Amino acid sequence: MIGNWLDIGPINQIEAGTARTLPVQGGEEIAVFHTLCGEFFALVNKCPHKQGPLSQGIVHGDVVTCPLHNWNISLRNGKALGEDEGCVPTIPLKVDAGRLYLLRSAVIGGGEAGARAA
Amino acid sequence: MNAPSKIEAGDAPGPQSGPPRERLVVVGNGMAGCRAVEEILARDPGRYDVVIFGAEPRVNYDRIMLSPVLAGDKSFEQIVINPQGWYDDNGITLVSGDRVVEIDRTTQTVIAASGRAEPYDRLLIATGSDPFIIPVPGKDLEGVVTFRDLDDVGKMLAAAERGGSAVVIGGGLLGLEAAHGLNLRGMKVTVIHLMPTLMERQLDEAAGYLLKTELERRGQTILTGANTKEILGADGKVTGVRLEDGSVIDADIVVMAVGIRPNTALAAASGLTVERGIVVDDHMVTSDPAVMAVGECVQHRGACYGLVAPLWDMCRVLADKATEAAPESAGYQGSVTSTKLKVSGIDLFSGGDFSGGEGCEDIVMRDASRGVYKRVIVKDAKIVGAVLYGDTADGSWYFDMIKRGEDVSDIREALIFGQAFAAGGALADPNAAVAALSDDAEICGCNGVSKGKVVACIEGGAHSLDAVRSGCKASASCGSCTGLVESLLALTLGGNVDSGPKTLCKCTSFTHDDVRRLIVEKELRLIPQVMQELHWSTPDGCASCRPALNYYLLCAWPGQYVDDQKSRFVNERMHANIQKDGTYSVVPRMWGGLTNPQELRAIADVVEKYNAPMVKVTGGQRLDIFGIRKEDLPAVWADLNAAGMVSGHAYGKSLRTVKTCVGSEWCRFGTQDSTGLGVKIEHMTWGSWMPHKFKIAVSGCPRNCAEATIKDFGIVCVDSGYELHVGGNGGIKVRATDLLMKVATEEEALEVCAAFIQLYREDAHYLERTAPWIERVGLQYVKDKLEAEGAIGRYAARFRHSQQFMQDDPWAKRAAGDEAKLHQHLAEVRPFPAIQMENA
Repeated sequence: MIGNWLDIGPINQIEAGTARTLPVQGGEEIAVFHTLCGEFFALVNKCPHKQGPLSQGIVHGDVVTCPLHNWNISLRNGKALGEDEGCVPTIPLKVDAGRLYLLRSAVIGGGEAGARAA
Repeated sequence: MNAPSKIEAGDAPGPQSGPPRERLVVVGNGMAGCRAVEEILARDPGRYDVVIFGAEPRVNYDRIMLSPVLAGDKSFEQIVINPQGWYDDNGITLVSGDRVVEIDRTTQTVIAASGRAEPYDRLLIATGSDPFIIPVPGKDLEGVVTFRDLDDVGKMLAAAERGGSAVVIGGGLLGLEAAHGLNLRGMKVTVIHLMPTLMERQLDEAAGYLLKTELERRGQTILTGANTKEILGADGKVTGVRLEDGSVIDADIVVMAVGIRPNTALAAASGLTVERGIVVDDHMVTSDPAVMAVGECVQHRGACYGLVAPLWDMCRVLADKATEAAPESAGYQGSVTSTKLKVSGIDLFSGGDFSGGEGCEDIVMRDASRGVYKRVIVKDAKIVGAVLYGDTADGSWYFDMIKRGEDVSDIREALIFGQAFAAGGALADPNAAVAALSDDAEICGCNGVSKGKVVACIEGGAHSLDAVRSGCKASASCGSCTGLVESLLALTLGGNVDSGPKTLCKCTSFTHDDVRRLIVEKELRLIPQVMQELHWSTPDGCASCRPALNYYLLCAWPGQYVDDQKSRFVNERMHANIQKDGTYSVVPRMWGGLTNPQELRAIADVVEKYNAPMVKVTGGQRLDIFGIRKEDLPAVWADLNAAGMVSGHAYGKSLRTVKTCVGSEWCRFGTQDSTGLGVKIEHMTWGSWMPHKFKIAVSGCPRNCAEATIKDFGIVCVDSGYELHVGGNGGIKVRATDLLMKVATEEEALEVCAAFIQLYREDAHYLERTAPWIERVGLQYVKDKLEAEGAIGRYAARFRHSQQFMQDDPWAKRAAGDEAKLHQHLAEVRPFPAIQMENA
C-alpha cells in the first residue's frame, strides 16, 4: 500500500558512508543512513546518551559513532553497542526502484516504539 | 534456424487418451515458462494440452548465457535450451513472435496481438522482467540499447563491428558483463555507475574496489558515483553521454543496464493483484486460483528475484501444484541467492545476505599478494552470507552451508580458510591444524620462513608477535601469516604469549608505525587499498582507523591524495565545532590574534543576523560565535569571507592558533616583534592537517605573557634572539615545554618551526599530541632528527610543499556551494495535511 509509505526521494541523494537529515514538523528529526556496504537505515536523529545528532557521526559497517561522546549505535536496531546501554527508535525503510520510502506512521509517531504505542 | 512463427502440433503423445485434457496456456517462452512446463511434463506428461506464447520470434534459450555470446565465448545455437523438436515431441503449441495483449479472466481466454484467442483451464504467466530505462533526455536515440535479449546482443555486436566507443550505464552484474563483452570486441568502454561501489547489491566496498581496479587494468574506464544527466545525439543517433557534473563522454553505442522491473502490465490489466510484481502465494498461485505465475515477474512474500536459481525452485513448486503431485508440500519458502560474475579471469562470488546485521559477525581474510578478499558472515553459529574475490573455490561450499543452515560452531575458527582446511574434526582447531604441519612447512611466503624456524625463534626467546617479526622476519612483510604465527606462539608457549605493542585499532594487527611505514613503502594511496593490502579484519574499518588512515594518506601523498570526507570526524567535515545541542560554533581566523573594525563589524552582523546566542573570546585569542545551525553555516561563512576572514580551524586536528603578546612594538619590556612574528608564523602554518591539534605562541620577553611554554611550539623572545620550545600543552595533564634550541633570527625561527611541525606530522601517531609524542620518543630523538646535516631544510621544504595544497579556505568552497548535501536536509516532513486527508 503506497499510502503507508512516504517517498523521501532518490537513493543517490545520500552518499555511501554518510547520512542526511529529515526534520519532521511536530516530531523528531530523522537521520537516514547509507552504509558503505550499500544498505539504508532510518533512525531518530538523537543518541540515547545525550541526544547527539547521529547523522553527523562516522559510519562504519552497520554502525554509527555518535559525534558527541563516541557511543556506537547499531543502525539496524538503534541499540547502543559494547558497554553502553540505550536504544534510539528506528523507522522502517524500504528501497524501491531507486527511491527511498519510510513507514509513514513511524515517521509521525517518532519511530518504531512510538508507532507501536500509537 | 527456419522456425515458422506459428507451429501447430499434432496430437500429443501420452499415456492418457480419451477424455479431453485440460488446457494449459503459458504466457512467456523464456526460461521460467519453459522450465515450468518441463517440470509439469516430468510429473504428469499427459495431463495438459499446452500452448506457449512467446514475444520473441525464436525458441527458448538460456538468457543468462547472453553474456558469453556477446563476449564471443558461445554461439546462439549453444545456448538454446529447447530446440523446435522439444515442442514437437511433447505436443506443445508454440506461438512465437505474437505478443499476448489481453487476458479475459471471465471467459478464461487469452488474446494475442494477431487476434488469436486461446481458451485456458489453467493459465501460467511467466512474462519475466523488462530492463529499466532511466528517464533522461535522449533515451530514445538510435544506438541506445538494453541488454535483455538476443536482439540487443545483435545490436551490440553490430556496433562493435564498426568500432569506436561504448558507454555502459550501470555497474551491476549485467552492465559489467556487457562492458566486458564490448571491451573484448575492441570497443573503448566506459562504465557509468551511480553508486560509489560496483555491484553494490552483491559486493561490499572492499571487493568492489578490487573489481574496479582489475577492470581498469583491462582498459575499461570506470566512473563510480556518476549520474547520467543526458544522452546526446545528432541526426537521431547517439553521440555521447553528459554527466551531472557537466563532463561529456563520447559514445557510438550506449547500453542501459541499470536494473530490471517485473513485467506486470498484462497481469495488472486483467485485474490480478500486483504490487512490485504479480503477487503469488507459496504455491505460485495468483489472486485468481486459475492463474499461476512464476519467475522474475512475481512477488513472493514481498521479494522479487532477478536471478536464475530461485526460478528453478519456483518451477518445481508450481509443477507440484499444477499436477497435484505433492499435496503435502509446504510450497515455496523463498530463496537464498548467490551470484558469480561471468567475466573470464575475474573470480567473484557473493551469496546470501552479506550486509551484516544484528548479531552478525564478520570473518575477513585478505591476502594482498594473491589479490584475495574473503568475507564470511556468521549469525547464531550459522553462515548467512559470503563475499569472495580472487579465490572463489569455496563459494559453493559456503553457499551450501548457507542454504542448509548448518551449524558451524565446530569449524568456526578455521572456516575462513576454506573447506580443505576446515573439514575434518581434528583440524577444526587452527592451533591443531598448525601443530599438524611439518617443520619444513612454509609459514611466511614473503620471507621464506618455515615452521621450524619460527618455532626455534620463539624457543630462543621471542615471546611476542613483534619479537618473532624482528627475530626471524616471519609475518614482518605483508602480515597475511600473522594468524599462523600467533598459533605457533600459543602452541610453543602455552598461555605465556606477550601482547605486542598496541595496534592501530581492533581492525588490524599492525601498529600505527607499521601502517605509516607500509603506506609509503608499498605506495598505498586509498583507504580501501590500505585495508586490502594490510589485511584489515573488517570490511570498511571503524571510527578509529578511518580518520587515522585518511590523515596518514594525506600526509604521505600531499597534493595527490583526495581527502575522504566520510572518514573525517564531524568537526573537520563541517569545518565548525559541534556543540552539545547539535549546533555549531564558528571561529574566524584572526592572524596572531589581531583584528580590526571591519572584521569586528562583520562578526557582530553575523551574530545578529543568525541570532547567535553567545559570542566568546577563546583561550587562543579569537572570537567564537555559538549556536549556528548546520544549514546556516555556508551563509555565515560567506558573510565572514566578504570581510576578508577565513576559517580559523578551531575544529581541526590541525594548526589552531598562534597566540601572541604585543612585544617590542608597544610593550616596555618587549625584546622582539613577537606580534609580527606570530602573524608570519600563522600565515606559514594555517590550514595544515596534523596528527592532533597544534597550538603555537610567541612571547616577546621571558615574562611569557603569551604562555608559550605550554604550547606545542612556543617561542620566547630574548635580547639575543629566539628560544624555541616544544612539546607543551595545558589540558588534563599539563606539560611545560622542552627547550629545543635557540636561534638568532626570525628566518631561522620560522624554518625550525616548519621543520618541527613536519617531523611531528610524519612521525607521531594519529591523535597523539606533541607532549605524549615527545615523552614516548624522547627529546633526544627529536633533536637527533632535526640536528642531522641539512635536516631542518629538508623537513621545512616538505612542509612548504604540503602547504601549497592546504591553504585554500575550506569555508570559501562551501560558501560557493561545495558539498551542499552535508548542510541541507534531505527533505522536510509536514505530516499534518496528510493525516487530515486520511481522516477525511
